[in-house]
Amino acid sequence: MKHRISALFLGTALALAAGGGAMAQDKTVKVGVLTDNSGLYSDLGGAGSTLAAQMAMEDSGLAAKGWKIDIVSADHQNKPDIATTIARQWIDVEKVDIFMDVLNSGVALAVNNLVKEKNAVMINTGAATSDLTNAQCSPNTIHWVYDTYMLANSTGQALVKAGGDTWYFLTADYAFGHALERDTTAVVVKSGGKVIGGVKHPLNSSDFSSFLLQAQASKAKIIGMANAGGDTTNTIKQASEFGIVAGGQKLAGLLLFITDVHSLGLKVAQGLNFTETFYWDLNDGTRAFSKRFSERMKNKAMPSMVQAGVYSGLVHYFKTLDAMGGNPHDGVKVVAKMKEAPTDDPLFGKGTIRADGRKIHPAYLFEVKKPSESKGPWDYYKLIGTTPGDQAFRPLSESACPLVKK
Amino acid sequence: MQALYAQLLVGLINGSFYALLSLGLAVIFGMLNIINFAHGALYMMGAFCAYFLLNIAGIGYWPALIIAPIAVGIFGMILERTMLQWLAGLDHLYGLLLTFGLALIIQGVFQNYFGSSGLPYAIPSELQGGMNLGFMFLPIYRGWVVVFSLVVCLATWFLIEKTRLGANLRAATENPTLVRAFGINVPRMITLTYGLGVGLAALAGVLSAPINQVRPLMGADLIIVVFAVVVIGGMGSIMGSIITGFALGVIEGLTKYFYPEASNTVVFVLMVLVLLLKPAGLTGRAA
Repeated sequence: MKHRISALFLGTALALAAGGGAMAQDKTVKVGVLTDNSGLYSDLGGAGSTLAAQMAMEDSGLAAKGWKIDIVSADHQNKPDIATTIARQWIDVEKVDIFMDVLNSGVALAVNNLVKEKNAVMINTGAATSDLTNAQCSPNTIHWVYDTYMLANSTGQALVKAGGDTWYFLTADYAFGHALERDTTAVVVKSGGKVIGGVKHPLNSSDFSSFLLQAQASKAKIIGMANAGGDTTNTIKQASEFGIVAGGQKLAGLLLFITDVHSLGLKVAQGLNFTETFYWDLNDGTRAFSKRFSERMKNKAMPSMVQAGVYSGLVHYFKTLDAMGGNPHDGVKVVAKMKEAPTDDPLFGKGTIRADGRKIHPAYLFEVKKPSESKGPWDYYKLIGTTPGDQAFRPLSESACPLVKK
Repeated sequence: MQALYAQLLVGLINGSFYALLSLGLAVIFGMLNIINFAHGALYMMGAFCAYFLLNIAGIGYWPALIIAPIAVGIFGMILERTMLQWLAGLDHLYGLLLTFGLALIIQGVFQNYFGSSGLPYAIPSELQGGMNLGFMFLPIYRGWVVVFSLVVCLATWFLIEKTRLGANLRAATENPTLVRAFGINVPRMITLTYGLGVGLAALAGVLSAPINQVRPLMGADLIIVVFAVVVIGGMGSIMGSIITGFALGVIEGLTKYFYPEASNTVVFVLMVLVLLLKPAGLTGRAA
């Protein structure tokens, strides 16, 4: 009897060991949502991004096909050093296959290097810097939602065309702000405008009056806000206090999210022009998803484009894995497969992923509604222009990415 | 030159908030010997209180200016009664850790329900608009903030340094046993003082609600600077913290003009310099 039991144990142990060794391709996936869970960007990413990942997992139907999917989430606190420590731990110890969200350009560029070194995958839906698909492009990274080139191209061009030919920049003093200012300057100059000055402010400033006074004194027609989140909302709110818009200058929100507009309220935000690639009220597909999403959010918020991107990116990732029949745990291989297939989901419609890792879809120029035009909470945008996907982003001919064959 | 005047004035406006907040901290430290790290969270609660009053009860800015500090002050007094009082006589570190923990809890709870972007709070209609001073466009509300906080600061200074009540209070911190012997209820006085300090923080919160977004992290962003102000002014010195608060606002404003990238570090550079040259702070007495 004793003999037989020990034989049984030995057999089980051998079987387990053999199973473990043969796991080159299996049906397990670990998704890591690395985002700002507590700081100034946590409303546009944060818990909403984790929820979006959850929904993508549920909607993928992979669990029914025998897949085991885990989602973990962590707060990078907008600090590249903290982010890389978490990312390293995730890849080495927790065997995370794919990084989602990763907002904050400084963080994204740092994690981008690590993901490449360790051959994982990053679908970046939160960071803005266009360097992710240009000089810093990587065979392991896809930049999903938007980038500084696209924002500059859409909003910048529209404003110069409308007569805003002199610009002054209020720029968040880190990788993102610098990239956005650089790309917008290029567009303004190309469209015949002129940049007459700018000021760089520290990230997460609460008082912008000094900077706004300098912008006011510059007499520029357009004050370009190359910042995001709480920095942008505070700038807009205080600009109205100092009578900047009343004085004839126009504020250009180069990067605004629906959560920012919600936080400002329509009275202050009305009339602002800016570009996004997703809005909950675009079509039946976006409305259906957003309704489900908002019901599960603690504060009933509608999804931001960053959160929508997490869903859309994961849908494509899961489809690719399903088609491959298993997860090879090889970042370059998976991303290459993802680039081969066209993307299609209810949030961003049909699209493609380019060789440089840039996801291609249309960009929408919006105007914030007047309070009288809004039918209720979250009914905030009027669509005033659409740039087709093939014109919205940096053309491959201008790309400095080594992955692009010329 | 005109731009310089404008920056000085803007600096003075920010200085008003520093002064109000550091005053509350100085009162609490001077009288209770507690390093109140929850101050930023209580400031934030003041702003939220104003927001709730307006959006739930329909009570506007002016009543909120009185109700919010009282409500948050009472909350502070409950904290003092139930938790802080047990730390009296222990090392400063215990108070610091307790209040820091409280701050994280309070902020976490608010963030859980209200997110991080914040909520809008409009400037009261009486104070909307602005006037052209020639060298700058001054929003009336900002002018009001400077005048009002100056008055509150001086009144607090007067209360503590020049009245009989303040004298009792100062005596109670020097020698509680002796003051008790005169029939004065020292623990109650300490609780009320903590309430006063907290009320000042909440008042600053209400004042800032129309300028900044009402955000759960609004205090966390400010509290470190305010601590630097208190350290520079001299821990526990009432007048020192008022003057330093306004002065640092101005210095920060000038930095925003001449070298904006350093505007959020200049205060700490000054703090280092002051600590090296005058370890007790500009107006503090050496311990």
